[in-house]
Amino acid sequence: MKAISFDTTNALCGSILTAVGLFFAWQSFGLELGTAFRMGPGYFPLLLSVVLTLLGVIILVQSARVNHEPMGPIAIRGMLFILPAPIFFGLTVRGLGFVPAVFLTALIACFASHRMKPLWAVAVSLGLAIFSVAVFSYGLNLPFERFGPWVRF
Amino acid sequence: MDLFSNLALGFATAASPANLLFCLIGVLLGTLIGVLPGIGATATIAMLLPITFQLEPVSSLIMLAGIYYGAQYGGSTTAILINMPGESSSAVTAIDGYQMARNGRAGTALAIAALGSFFAGTVSTFLVALFAPPLTEIALEFGAAEYFSLMIVGLVSSVALAHGSVVKALAMVALGLLLGLVGTDIYTGTPRFTLGIREYSDGLNFVALAVGVFGIAEILRNLESEKTREVLMARVSELLPTKEDFKRMFAPVIRGTAIGSALGVLPGGGAILAAFASYTVEKRLSDRPEEFGRGAIAGVAGPESANNAGAQTSFIPLLTLGIPANPVMALMIGAMIIQGIVPGPNVATEQPALFWGIIASMWIGNLMLVVLNLPLIGLWVKLLKIPYFVLFPIIMAFCSIGVYSVNANVYDLYAVAFFGLIGYLLLKLRCEPAPLLLGFVLGPLLEENLRRAMILSRGDPTTFVTRPISAGLLFIAAIVLVVVFLPAVKAKREEVFVEED
Repeated sequence: MKAISFDTTNALCGSILTAVGLFFAWQSFGLELGTAFRMGPGYFPLLLSVVLTLLGVIILVQSARVNHEPMGPIAIRGMLFILPAPIFFGLTVRGLGFVPAVFLTALIACFASHRMKPLWAVAVSLGLAIFSVAVFSYGLNLPFERFGPWVRF
Repeated sequence: MDLFSNLALGFATAASPANLLFCLIGVLLGTLIGVLPGIGATATIAMLLPITFQLEPVSSLIMLAGIYYGAQYGGSTTAILINMPGESSSAVTAIDGYQMARNGRAGTALAIAALGSFFAGTVSTFLVALFAPPLTEIALEFGAAEYFSLMIVGLVSSVALAHGSVVKALAMVALGLLLGLVGTDIYTGTPRFTLGIREYSDGLNFVALAVGVFGIAEILRNLESEKTREVLMARVSELLPTKEDFKRMFAPVIRGTAIGSALGVLPGGGAILAAFASYTVEKRLSDRPEEFGRGAIAGVAGPESANNAGAQTSFIPLLTLGIPANPVMALMIGAMIIQGIVPGPNVATEQPALFWGIIASMWIGNLMLVVLNLPLIGLWVKLLKIPYFVLFPIIMAFCSIGVYSVNANVYDLYAVAFFGLIGYLLLKLRCEPAPLLLGFVLGPLLEENLRRAMILSRGDPTTFVTRPISAGLLFIAAIVLVVVFLPAVKAKREEVFVEED
């Protein structure tokens, strides 16, 4: 007997979608459903979450039949440095001000690539900060504080 | 003639010095980013979207449209020079364009692509001007049921044209619609799916979603395996095609324009389909079919004209019905809404200067591309050599600045990171993000029209099939779905999209 082989990608995809569908369905039940005549806030979302859950289950079931190519490499290092960059910008743009926030955001993103040399990273970020302040702050007159309260003396 | 006075108004609007400047900036920025590796038109517009919010509505939409053509043009340039289509619709160009470049005819291939696109752009701009107003009249007759059915057609078509599994694409639409519903319910004011976070009661930020799912996910994918790209041509010489070349590109350009204009109107991304259709037609009709795949001029001229014509006519459903034909148009809708314009049939009557200005600017943008980019090709080639690891910190910084500048809301930046992660996850799970974005934009509209239609019909769901226009639209949607699931079409479709990757 042949062992059942799963396509990992699709199995994962199906389970995630099913879970998300169930989550939305559970949330929709907390809302007023109403009737088909006068739909409440929960009616249409519930309909959609049921559809999503069903589709998730279909993908999950189908994953048992065919075997596709594997998922390939995952950009762990990329995720580790790229995703925090906008979060960092959000946390510091008011406190540090526009110029230091842009510089540091770019610097963080730089380290996502193993090819970037530290000196290059500083140079790119510095150039970028100068360029951005010239274009966005002086050129387009966006109302950003160039240096925030944290770095003022 | 109404058409001419309208076009005159359009050109007067689009040719004001400020708007010309923004059109130029848009076209240049679009080409720049389209040429840079790893970012397609959708990601480009998503990233540059926030910059335009500081402008007047007309200028901002003109600039966005410019970015769209520019990015497409840049995409064909990379397709020809390094066999890497900047976006899916220039994938066909890469087949023969790259071969031409290898035969030492890169300059000619680029010139043919540019001239063919310009011709197609000119013709289809007139088509938009000709067909948009009567369609607007029809659209004004549309009730809630018709709008609902029309959006269903749009969503189903986006599924049909997505890569990979149809079931996954359907799931993406459902997920997108659900994400679009996050926020406050319009009828009752009840917060939905906000998880108690007050900042999300206005809904998830559209720009944050687009930048995250298209821009950041793309960067992460490029970081998976960092390879050096090889730029084929250090120098591009002999730009002008010979007389013989002109003769051989003439008919394909005409046919490509016709195919592209017709298919571009279809909701769901007709430009890609148009390029493939044109390539197939040219190969069939050619008296030298063996040349295809080895650098046939018709294989560049036809598809390039077709995808440009399709890109142009895809504005028709946007301008007349407020329904996006592809992800880029979905971004344009987002831009319009943020500018305070409700997309739909009323735009033409209420804001004629905006409506006709955009149409006229399409032609001006195309003209600029031909005039500017042929001489600038040397510069674009140099840009291809910029290493990727220098690019993405720049992209990240601009994304952050851009998203923050929309509302000065730091929660939008957290949403960018979150959607970046989601987008990357979807890529890894081989799910196409385009239907998700379309669903996200249409979600609230779809629900609103469904609920309104049901109230009008007193809870009778047959209203969607008893009203003739609505029934016709739903019939189309059903046919598209059935066709996509037919085994023969399914196999063919997979073949086409594999080729494209």
